[in-house]
Amino acid sequence: MTTVAFLDFVRGPLFQIAVAIFFAGLFIRFVEILVLGRKTDFSEPRQSGTGAGFKTVFSRSVPEAGTFKRSAFTIIAGYVFHIGLFVALVFLAPHIALVRDTTGLSWPNLPTPVVDFATVAAIGALVAILVNRMRDKVLRFLTGFEDYVAWTATFLPLLTGYMAFHHLLLRYELMLALHILSVELLLVVFPFTKLMHTFTLFLSRWYTGSAFGRKGVQS
Amino acid sequence: MPAHETLGEMLAARGISRRAFLKYTSWLATLMALPPGMAPAMAEELAKAKRQSVIWLSFQECTGCTESITRSFSPTLEDLIFNFISLDYHHTLQAASGEAAEHAREAAMAENKGKYVVVVDGSVPVKDGGIYSTIAGISNLQMLEETVADSLAVIAVGTCAAYGGIPHANPNPTGAVAISELVKGKPVINIPGCPPIPEAMTGTIAYLLSFGKLPDLDTLGRPLAFFGESIHDRCYRRPFYERGLFAKDFDDEGARSGWCLFEVGCKGPITYNACATLKWNGGVSFPIQSGHGCLGCSEPDFWDKGGFYRPLSTPLRDITPTAAVAAGIGAAAGLAAGALHRAIKKDAAKNHHTVTVDNLEKSS
Ligand code: SF4
Repeated sequence: MTTVAFLDFVRGPLFQIAVAIFFAGLFIRFVEILVLGRKTDFSEPRQSGTGAGFKTVFSRSVPEAGTFKRSAFTIIAGYVFHIGLFVALVFLAPHIALVRDTTGLSWPNLPTPVVDFATVAAIGALVAILVNRMRDKVLRFLTGFEDYVAWTATFLPLLTGYMAFHHLLLRYELMLALHILSVELLLVVFPFTKLMHTFTLFLSRWYTGSAFGRKGVQS
Repeated sequence: MPAHETLGEMLAARGISRRAFLKYTSWLATLMALPPGMAPAMAEELAKAKRQSVIWLSFQECTGCTESITRSFSPTLEDLIFNFISLDYHHTLQAASGEAAEHAREAAMAENKGKYVVVVDGSVPVKDGGIYSTIAGISNLQMLEETVADSLAVIAVGTCAAYGGIPHANPNPTGAVAISELVKGKPVINIPGCPPIPEAMTGTIAYLLSFGKLPDLDTLGRPLAFFGESIHDRCYRRPFYERGLFAKDFDDEGARSGWCLFEVGCKGPITYNACATLKWNGGVSFPIQSGHGCLGCSEPDFWDKGGFYRPLSTPLRDITPTAAVAAGIGAAAGLAAGALHRAIKKDAAKNHHTVTVDNLEKSS
C-alpha cells in the first residue's frame, strides 16, 4: 500500500469505524450509568442539591491547600497536561476545520506558536507524570495495564500531531496518517477505559455535590 | 526541420551558442540536483546525443498533457530538444492518419528495435477485453503490449498514464489502469500531473539522452529531481501556515491577504511536484499563487479524496450519519444493559436469604 493510499484508508473507512465505536461506546456507558441510577434518598433534604451539584463541578477543579502541599507535582503536571491538551485539541486551525466541515460550527484559531507551546508543555507533562509514576513505588504498584494504555493513547496523538504539523522525521502524508491512526486508537479505547472521565467527571462531581448539598454540608 | 545527426549539430544550425547551451545544462543540473560539475559533461553528452526515436501513445486522455508540453513556451532550448527527438508516432501531432499512421508506428518499431522510447499519456481500459478505447480497431491494451515489447523504456506522462487518473476515478466504469500496472520488465518513469509540468518532461528526456540511463525515481516511479519535494515544502504561503494564519473562504480577509489555503482544501502538504518552484507558463504563476489551493493532481486518486475544497484534516466522508447511528445503537445497548443489571439487582434482592448463625453452623 502506498503512503497516500494509507492516508486515504485512515481518513476514510478506518475513521468511520473508529467514530462508530467511539459514539456507540460513549452512549452505552452513559445510558447504562443513568439507567442504573442511585438509590432514592428518602431523607428530607436540608436544601436543594442542584445548585450545590453545579458548584461542585467547578469547585473540585481547585485543589485544597493541604492536598496541593502533599502532591504539588501531580497537580501542577496534571493542570499543564490538561490545559495543553485542551488548547491543542480545540484551538489548532486544522482541528477547527474538521469541526466546521462536520458540524458547520467554528471559532477563531490560536496562533501556531501558542498551540505549539501548549502541545510541547502537554507532552512534557505527560512524560514527567509517567517518569514520576515509574519512580514512585506506591504509584507504580497502583498502576495497571489499563493506565498504560490510557497514557499511550493520549500521548501518541499529541506527539504525532506535533510532528506532522511541523514536518518532522517522516514525510507529512505518512506522519499525518499516523496521527489520524493514533487518534482512531484513542477514539476506540476512550469509552472503555478511564479516559471516559472526560465526560463522567461532570456526572460524578455533580452527584457528589448534590448529595452533600442535600445534607447541607460543604463539598 | 532538416534531419541533423546529433543534437549539437541541430543547435548549431539554429544559432544556439555553446555558452547558451552550457547555461541550459547548468540550469538543468541544478534543477535535477546534480553536482554542479556535471553541467559541462551533460552539455557534451547532450550535444553528441543522436536523435532518439519516440513513439507517443495517447489512450484514455484529454490531450491536456500534449497541450501542456507543446504550448509550454517557445522557442526555448527545451522546445528544441523536444523538436529534436524523433517523434515517430503521435496521434495528435502527426499529419498521417488511419492506416498510414499505424504503419509509421510499426516502421519505427522495426527500425529502432530495442532502442525507442515509448511515451504514453492516458490510462488503459481493461474491462470487457479493453473494448472501451480503440485506435484503428486495435484496443489500447493490445497496442501498448505490442509497442512496449521492443522498447528501451516507457515514460508515463500525466496522472492518467501514471496512476489511472480521471478515467480511474470512482466508479471507474472502463476498468482503467495505470501504465506501470501493465508494463512488466521495462523501466517505467512516471511524470504525473494534470497536466504535468513541461520542464519535468523535457528535463527527464534530456537526462535520458545525456546519461543514457533513468534518473533517480521515488517509490511512485517519479523523477526525484522534480517530485522530491512537496508543494508545501516550497510554497511561498508557508510562513502563514507556520503562524497559523489561514484563509477560511475564497473571499475573506485572509484570502485577500494571501494567507495559507489549507482550510479551503489545499492538498499542497501531500503533493509532490515542482509547481511551487518551476511554476507554469514559463514561470509566471501556479495555482496557489492565483489564490486556489493545490488539487494534488500529481498524486494517485486525487479525484477521489473527498473534495477539492475540504481540508486535509477532515475525514474523507461525512461522519455524522455514522456517529448518529452508532449513538442510537449505543443508547439502545446501554438501555438494555442497564435494564438487565437492574433486573439482576432486583432478583438478587428478592432471593436474598438472611443468614442466621444456625445456617452457618449447619454448613460447617
Ligand atoms: S497554501 Fe497549501 S501548500 Fe501553501 S503553505 Fe498553505 S497548505 Fe501549504
